[in-house]
Amino acid sequence: MKKREFLTVFLLLLPVLIYFIFLFVYPFIYGLHLSLTNDEGKFTLANFIRFLTDPWDANTIWITLKIAIPATLLNVLIAMPLAYYMRHGIKGEKLISFLLILPITLGSVFVAEGMLTYMGPNGWLNKILMALKIIDKPYRFTHNYLGVLLALIIQGFPFVFLMLLGYISGIDPTLEKAASILGASRWYIFRRIIFPLWMPGIAMATSLNFVMNFTVFPSAVLLGQPSGPTRVISIAAYQWAFEKFDFHMASAIAIIMGLVELIFILIVMLIRQRFFKIVATSGGKG
Amino acid sequence: MKDFKEIKIQNLVKYYGNRKVVDNFNLTIKNGEFITLLGPSGCGKTTILNSIAGLIPIDGGSIYIDDECIDDGKRFIPPEKRNFGMVFQNYALFPHLTVFENVAFGLRIRKFPPSEIRERVINALRMVHLEEHIDKYPRQLSGGEQQRTALARCIVTEPRLMLLDEPLSNLDALLRIEMRYELKAIHEKLGITTIYVTHDQQEALALSDRIVVLNKGKIQQIGTPEEIYSYPRNLFVAHFLGFRNIWNVDVIHVKDGEIEFKLGDFILNAVLNEKYKEHIHNSIRDKKKLYISIRPEDIKIGEGPINSLEMRVEVMEYLGQVRQLWGYINGNLRIEISTFEKIILNPGDKIKIYIPPERILVFPEEDVQ
Amino acid sequence: MRRIKFSGILYWIAIFVYVFNVLGIIFTVILNSLSKNWYTDWFPKIFTLEWYSYMAKEHDLTQLLFATFVVVISVALISLLIGYPAAYIFARYNFKFKNVLLSLLLVPMLVPPMTYGIPLAAMLYKLRLATRISGVILANLVPIIPYVVLILYPFIEQIDVSYESAARILGASRLRTFVKVLLPLTVPGIFTAALLSIVRTIAMFELTFLVAGPKSQTVIVALYYDAYAAGTRPPQAIDALAVVYFLITMTFLLIALKFASPTQFVYRGK
Ligand SMILES: Nc1ncnc2c1ncn2[C@@H]1O[C@H](COP(=O)(O)OP(=O)(O)OP(=O)(O)O)[C@@H](O)[C@H]1O
Ligand SMILES: [Mg+2]
Repeated sequence: MKKREFLTVFLLLLPVLIYFIFLFVYPFIYGLHLSLTNDEGKFTLANFIRFLTDPWDANTIWITLKIAIPATLLNVLIAMPLAYYMRHGIKGEKLISFLLILPITLGSVFVAEGMLTYMGPNGWLNKILMALKIIDKPYRFTHNYLGVLLALIIQGFPFVFLMLLGYISGIDPTLEKAASILGASRWYIFRRIIFPLWMPGIAMATSLNFVMNFTVFPSAVLLGQPSGPTRVISIAAYQWAFEKFDFHMASAIAIIMGLVELIFILIVMLIRQRFFKIVATSGGKG
Repeated sequence: MKDFKEIKIQNLVKYYGNRKVVDNFNLTIKNGEFITLLGPSGCGKTTILNSIAGLIPIDGGSIYIDDECIDDGKRFIPPEKRNFGMVFQNYALFPHLTVFENVAFGLRIRKFPPSEIRERVINALRMVHLEEHIDKYPRQLSGGEQQRTALARCIVTEPRLMLLDEPLSNLDALLRIEMRYELKAIHEKLGITTIYVTHDQQEALALSDRIVVLNKGKIQQIGTPEEIYSYPRNLFVAHFLGFRNIWNVDVIHVKDGEIEFKLGDFILNAVLNEKYKEHIHNSIRDKKKLYISIRPEDIKIGEGPINSLEMRVEVMEYLGQVRQLWGYINGNLRIEISTFEKIILNPGDKIKIYIPPERILVFPEEDVQ
Repeated sequence: MRRIKFSGILYWIAIFVYVFNVLGIIFTVILNSLSKNWYTDWFPKIFTLEWYSYMAKEHDLTQLLFATFVVVISVALISLLIGYPAAYIFARYNFKFKNVLLSLLLVPMLVPPMTYGIPLAAMLYKLRLATRISGVILANLVPIIPYVVLILYPFIEQIDVSYESAARILGASRLRTFVKVLLPLTVPGIFTAALLSIVRTIAMFELTFLVAGPKSQTVIVALYYDAYAAGTRPPQAIDALAVVYFLITMTFLLIALKFASPTQFVYRGK
């Protein structure tokens, strides 16, 4: 590259580079450093050991996984057939997508606050279910595991659905036509053509949704039992940081959080590679 | 403004990555000349034009206008200081400005008084017959009108050099010929030095004072349309300008600009043209193998005095005035003929043909790309 | 044919159930905030605005709204100032490590805020920026700058370079080319990026929560604290604040949808 060009590129990228280094890379390194030191600044693994050996804390990993994995699978499994059905577009797509992005844009705190009333003992949901004679006394939807799971579905389903839809509608529809002219059945086309091409998108949506679910925080506090069955790992990290003011410990938990996310993504990628050797070239738009 | 004698481009080199896209491009353009860069897609025409305009940095060589260096890698006059004009393939009319404002763009930068801007813009638009569209936006114009707006925007600043990058390629066939005529008329009238880029040989032949034929970033030949059309220097140029029937032949002997050679089982003769004798003679003297090439329309149907062959017809295409024949000679050599004769032939028919010896072009092997 | 119809019905049922519940949640919040009290009936009997004035007194509402707007607008503007040049370079130049750099930029967008928020907050506390508005702005820049780059980058890329070339050849300097040609042509992209960033920042709970102090918190964080300490005030007052939040978000969302497609809210890179 010519000097003249290089200077332009460098100068205009400089702000983003500064941002990236100071607001993302540096805090990460700082967090790593905090997690590996004690109050006196000495190197130690004590923070990690302490977290992993204290059952009250270590258990948060399992608690979080027990919420995040079912929520992710449910979201993906509900969204897949719907996205498949909608892949060539559908009536009222604009309105439907608008209604779907509402909970995403409103965010978890608002949805949680709404769910508390709507799904509470006197809420509309219980009233409707009782009016339909599906239940005879109010069912407890909130302040338990179910509440958190429902919140993660209400937030995560549209996210996964719209993402999967984006990927599947990016697959060239003539491929499907070509296959059906060759005599392939619907199921065969799905299995041999759509699914392999869709796989990278599914893997991406699954990974992203899991990562979101694994870091659930306000929903777990407001809709669950934050000092018991839904004490997720984010709560533990928050409490160490802002209730016990131990940023060393909190950073260690954040690092563990990141590692679990990474492991999950690697597993998803591994599964994808194992079962789908053919690298799909067409991912999708977006 | 037309204040220079010549533009001199020397050893221009441009890389993209490790690929040499322009390889030692040399060209001297005289004031007022209309030069065409002709070559297939991807041969580097746009790259050369952008280098001359200063839109991309060059990797070697220099560009001078008389004694003024405008780019040699170190000294560099930015495009906005060169006072060139350019018409782009997609016209690049600013979509957020009206026709008037588009044409006035360069004048406003040059800080002309408003009254003069108005006068010049209207003059330029009149020259391209667009006065009545002055307040429209580009999207409200037809393709031809957009093209003419771009031309008006280019000429209104009286550039020293006008660069045209396939300005007609987005127009339909009829409009293309019409605009070709207008372009020529404007060039005659204003005398602006012009470099024109195209891959259409018709356009190049019709417009140019001189044509530069390019392939893979290298100059193949520079010459007048006549020279290029009739006396291509190598096989590439020949092929690009409509020579077909390229065959590899065994030389029997060479003498006084006459060559006798074997094409399959046939013995044929070729007579070298005066224009070539020097260039070709040296390079083919001791060759055992040569390439020959003949235009389809130069092959005659019937029994000839010399160079007679028999052709088996495979396909005949009716193209209005002419008929195009494809088939084989000598069993396996493909041949293409076009003829005005109103014959009707069926696949498998055998006909007599002959090749006038002075119509055969001869090239040494090295020329094959 | 029957199979298609069957799956169609399932599809509509699923969408209906989902949308019904979401709308139910929203209407519950709105109705509750307007009701005197609402227990066993389908709809509240007496409507009142008193919870709004109650809520406005409890929280210094002006201060809250002011802080929210300052944060949101600053984040959008700073992100544009930093992101636009970068997007321009990505759209116009090819250089080594371009793809590496683009993928790196994706990371802050894809990693959930809770993961990097704690170390980030720790750093901002150390620098004494946390609990201030400036700290909240800095924290919120982390996911938004890449977001802006990735919205603007394809936007600039699809604007033909020849517009800029044409302006240059006609005599315009780089700066003038930018102001007179590129900027007007990218206005829709700039609006899209700004509005989407605003919508996201309004709803960004985690980062603001971890960094903000009482004077620098945004509406969403105030709402969280209210809901967290649910017993201490009437639920209608909490919902009144939720409605304020809802109205702000919806306003920007509806403007944003004039420029952006709904899917742009979801796609986070390839
Ligand atoms: N920005 C670029 N980066 C990398 N390679 C490029 C770039 N621009 C052009 N090239 C390559 O350089 C070669 C020459 O391109 P150029 O645009 O000059 O061709 P051209 O002769 O104008 O072709 P066309 O008739 O299709 O317009 C092509 O092979 C092209 O792929
Ligand atoms: Mg070109």
